[in-house]
Amino acid sequence: MESEFLKEDKLLLIKITEEIDHHSTEKIRRMADNEITRYMPRKVLFDFSKVSFMDSAGIGMIIGRYKTANMLGGTVEMTNVKPSIQKIFEMSGVLKIIPVVKSA
Amino acid sequence: MKGLYENEMKLEFFSKSNNEAFARITVAAFAAQLDPTIEELADIKTAVSEAVTNCIIHGYENTEGMIKIIAKIFANTIEIEISDSGKGIENVEIARKPLYTSKPNLERSGMGFTIMESFMDEVHIESVLGLGTKVTMKKVIEKMPSLDEVAQEERDSLCSVN
Repeated sequence: MESEFLKEDKLLLIKITEEIDHHSTEKIRRMADNEITRYMPRKVLFDFSKVSFMDSAGIGMIIGRYKTANMLGGTVEMTNVKPSIQKIFEMSGVLKIIPVVKSA
Repeated sequence: MKGLYENEMKLEFFSKSNNEAFARITVAAFAAQLDPTIEELADIKTAVSEAVTNCIIHGYENTEGMIKIIAKIFANTIEIEISDSGKGIENVEIARKPLYTSKPNLERSGMGFTIMESFMDEVHIESVLGLGTKVTMKKVIEKMPSLDEVAQEERDSLCSVN
């Protein structure tokens, strides 16, 4: 996981660089929450360009980060989501609160 | 030694979360001989990942145990059986429901069985309290016509027009 905070936009970019499953979410969760509570961003943007696989563990992981960000007044968006992963997000209904946006 | 199935493999491993990737990649490698599309392969990997994660989190509740996978190929169908000797599921009907999870505190979405059902053609669950759970899934891999066959069909249709 790589992250970058853009101060002027209060935007936290989090790039996930591994497959997302029950095993990897523990680490992603810890690191992401750490960055979110540290910067209190207005928006958290998760970049999925390096994610080749995700199962349902990713749904819980992204909702959990939404809760953390939301508590601190921020929103969450995702970008560069591959079709196989998009399918899983669509099934869960999570896209209503955490939209997928075009990459900047 | 020729059975009903054309090919078969067995895999047994500890219920450790870092084996989730090992399990799905191994089954995908076995399924590759059916020449699936990238999408079909992703579906199989996801379904296997869900079933194995269930064994670890629910079957064994993060204690040590063995998880067994048997994969069989027959014609253009792959059958994958994933089982544990863990605590078992009290009510399979409820467990299958979308968004139902017995462990909401773990950030689980309750979508595991729903994903298995929508990504595979058949999902069968057998569970006995105190003995374990076995999930059997089947997926038919549609044969893609080869380029030669497509070319031949085009030639045939051209001939029939003339």
